[in-house]
Amino acid sequence: MADVNRGNRPLSPHLTIYRPQLTSMTSIFVRLTGNALLVAALMIVWWFVAAAAGPDAFATADAFLRSWFGDLVFFLSTWAVWYHTFGGVRHLIWDMGYMLDVEKSETAGLIMIIASVLMTIFTIVVT
Amino acid sequence: MAFMTDRKRAIGNGSAKSGTMHHWNMMISSVALVVLIPIFVFQFGVTLGGTYEEVVAYYSRPVPAAIAVLTMLVTFFHFRKGVQTLIEDYVHGFARKALIITMICLSYGAAAFGVIAILRIAL
Repeated sequence: MADVNRGNRPLSPHLTIYRPQLTSMTSIFVRLTGNALLVAALMIVWWFVAAAAGPDAFATADAFLRSWFGDLVFFLSTWAVWYHTFGGVRHLIWDMGYMLDVEKSETAGLIMIIASVLMTIFTIVVT
Repeated sequence: MAFMTDRKRAIGNGSAKSGTMHHWNMMISSVALVVLIPIFVFQFGVTLGGTYEEVVAYYSRPVPAAIAVLTMLVTFFHFRKGVQTLIEDYVHGFARKALIITMICLSYGAAAFGVIAILRIAL
């Protein structure tokens, strides 16, 4: 059946013209952080493999992980891993049927942002 | 029907017929990671920066080694599922299949390398 009304129907929100909200942005960043953490994860695997291989291999991997590039990756990944963890906790709470309304979701989003920043500072100070 | 759980009734009802198991896998692995990740982050964070001898001595201990092995296994399982969702949302056609297979190989490969390396240090 040909649709004569094409183009005049309500459309699903297009990201480019969609007003950013706390709930959508915190959700996007959960996805972003989770997938970006692959970089740090592979660097950690390399570090363990090098440590198992011997002192020479370890020196190479360790120098890379502790270079300015490694420091940058681990600094960002420390925040990413805490943010993603708190994001995951928010998903577990949602899955149990709590905090599903917009107001409480936004409160939880704000807590995620603050808690992840605080835990990042704490992790860097302690380790 | 009264004896069936909510999950059992939901299985097979999505458009792809298999999404419930994916979601359930993400849920149980995320519960494990809520425990494992904070412990691993602090253990690894303290060890990074040490000498070769210090690192090997630390991960020769059973508890840090066990935490690290479990973190490798559960993290890469969780990543393998999560990155599949990402690819399914943004990539289409043959590239989607190829990329999903590549990321599955990468995930299980990285987990295997990590686990074998930690066990070699620990044992």
